[in-house]
Amino acid sequence: MEGPQLSWYLALSAILFTIGVVGVIIKRNVIAMFMCIELMLNAVNLTFVAFSSYFRDVTGQLFVFIVMTVAAAEAAVGLGIIITIFRNRESLDVDEASVLKL
Amino acid sequence: MTLLLQANTFSLFSVNDLRLIAPELILTMCGCIALVMEVILPYKKSKWTAYFALTGIALAAFSLVMLWSGNRDSLPLSGFYGMVRIDGFALLFKFIFLVAAALAIGIATRFLDIEGEQHGEYYALVLFATVGMMFLGSGYDLILLYISLELMALTFYVLVAFTKREKRSNEAAMKYFLLGAFSSGILLYGMSLLYGIAGSTNVGEIGQSVAAIVGSVKTAEAGDAIKGLRPMLLLGMIALAAGLFFKISAVPFHMWAPDAYEGAPTSVTAFLSTGSKAASFALYARIFISALGDMRADWAPLLGLVAAITIFVGNWGAVTQENSKRLLAYSSISNAGYLLLGLVAGNLYGYVGIFIYLLVYTLMNMGAFGIVISLRRRGIIGDNVDDMAGLAHKAPGMAAMMAIFMLSLGGLPLTGGFMGKYYLLLGLWQRGQVEGKASGKTWYYWLAGWAIINIVISFYYYLRFIKVMYLGDRIADDKPLSLSPALRTALAVSVLGIIIIGVYPQPIISFAQDLIRQWMH
Repeated sequence: MEGPQLSWYLALSAILFTIGVVGVIIKRNVIAMFMCIELMLNAVNLTFVAFSSYFRDVTGQLFVFIVMTVAAAEAAVGLGIIITIFRNRESLDVDEASVLKL
Repeated sequence: MTLLLQANTFSLFSVNDLRLIAPELILTMCGCIALVMEVILPYKKSKWTAYFALTGIALAAFSLVMLWSGNRDSLPLSGFYGMVRIDGFALLFKFIFLVAAALAIGIATRFLDIEGEQHGEYYALVLFATVGMMFLGSGYDLILLYISLELMALTFYVLVAFTKREKRSNEAAMKYFLLGAFSSGILLYGMSLLYGIAGSTNVGEIGQSVAAIVGSVKTAEAGDAIKGLRPMLLLGMIALAAGLFFKISAVPFHMWAPDAYEGAPTSVTAFLSTGSKAASFALYARIFISALGDMRADWAPLLGLVAAITIFVGNWGAVTQENSKRLLAYSSISNAGYLLLGLVAGNLYGYVGIFIYLLVYTLMNMGAFGIVISLRRRGIIGDNVDDMAGLAHKAPGMAAMMAIFMLSLGGLPLTGGFMGKYYLLLGLWQRGQVEGKASGKTWYYWLAGWAIINIVISFYYYLRFIKVMYLGDRIADDKPLSLSPALRTALAVSVLGIIIIGVYPQPIISFAQDLIRQWMH
């Protein structure tokens, strides 16, 4: 078979996913965390496309379209929330968002 | 040409399938109309939208009953190429979601008046979230399950941020949004691995592939190729479990719950802690029982361990809380642990326990938050446990209702909460007997014992409310409570439901047993 094998794609998407997870955990800026979440979703998309072409089955690609659509909706809601926060406190650092504590 | 077009649309889906999703269609329609009503109606008449939304929920409930009574013997029904599956499980969960949505609207009208945020979008959003939940109940395909989960989650992000001038609400929304999106990503990764194993997104077909893999590991004769899929299957199972632990707020992914519950508008907190949790359990049960059912030996210990820790951590957090919304958030964490016991049990009593407990939990949590709302008025928040001081002198009826809600949350006999916990533990005990005979495993008994110890501990903080209300020597303030007809009705319905299920549970339990038995076979 020509080109890279399925396992290569899976490994790449696993690496991308891990980078996203680590980014969400260590980043302290809301926008950067949000970008890392998008990276996770795109890693998942890569898995779906890789499996889809491996199985010669179109469902996986369909799922990718749905994930992308939902991610766009999520970005709209998320950025809306981020804007209300910025209006009220002029900072996007999650460590400073600490009105709610034990 | 036209004929060809028609032929194509007919083969795309049969019109008959539409009646399977009639309740959801009605709710979607009402949600869209509610959005328009918000624009047309003047601010003072925004409450009409609430009554309209309640009508929509009543219509949806009616069509759900028609769906059930018309097909009582032909369940499960399947439509849209196996994407939607109406079985006893779906019907029971949809019933819970409709009850939760109706009560959430009932207690919200008063709250939004106090906050000066009486906007019709609120009710439209509640309806859309309910549509998402209902599809989570009947979805039988990963794609549909994912979309409906996100429909519910996205509307909840907006609802938590609804009082947008309030800093606490903003902050809660940000935390809930970031962790919710993060957990959806993890869940989705698990789904992609399941797709890779089965080559299909249908829950039933995934179940068959999983059974084949697990079977090949046991016999050890089958080809190596299928056996090699097991690590991927385990990774997928763990990713799914972790994503869902977030959604149901189980340890170790529970940290968002107290913040989101405290900061969100109280009426949203009530809906979030009941409807969203019930829907996440529907998803949990659907994936772990229908798709991963044959991996029970792998996931039952994991879920059991998480349940044990969750129950304890929730209790521990609640004991020292002063803020009543935060206290109820920790109590809802420990309740997620009790509900997981039903999945660990995985038999008829366990599932009946999940249904009864989710229903009762919806009623009692809505009621408790309704009382918290009635203490609130402009300038005074009324969120602290101490704000209830002397409530028994000021408003004996409300204090009595709150006492019933608290005793039921604790699980006192003759309240609905007792019936739910009883069935969950009975199911766990039975599973322990079966497994004990088969493989000598005794951890089911230990788990049940641990749960009982924690139920006793939990009475400490539930009784604190009652102590403050009845034995407090002062009255927090003597202004009258802020009540409205809708709030009164919601409270009365909750109390009645809890007492009826507690005192005379036979009809609802046999009803649930019939439907669940049909679903299990």
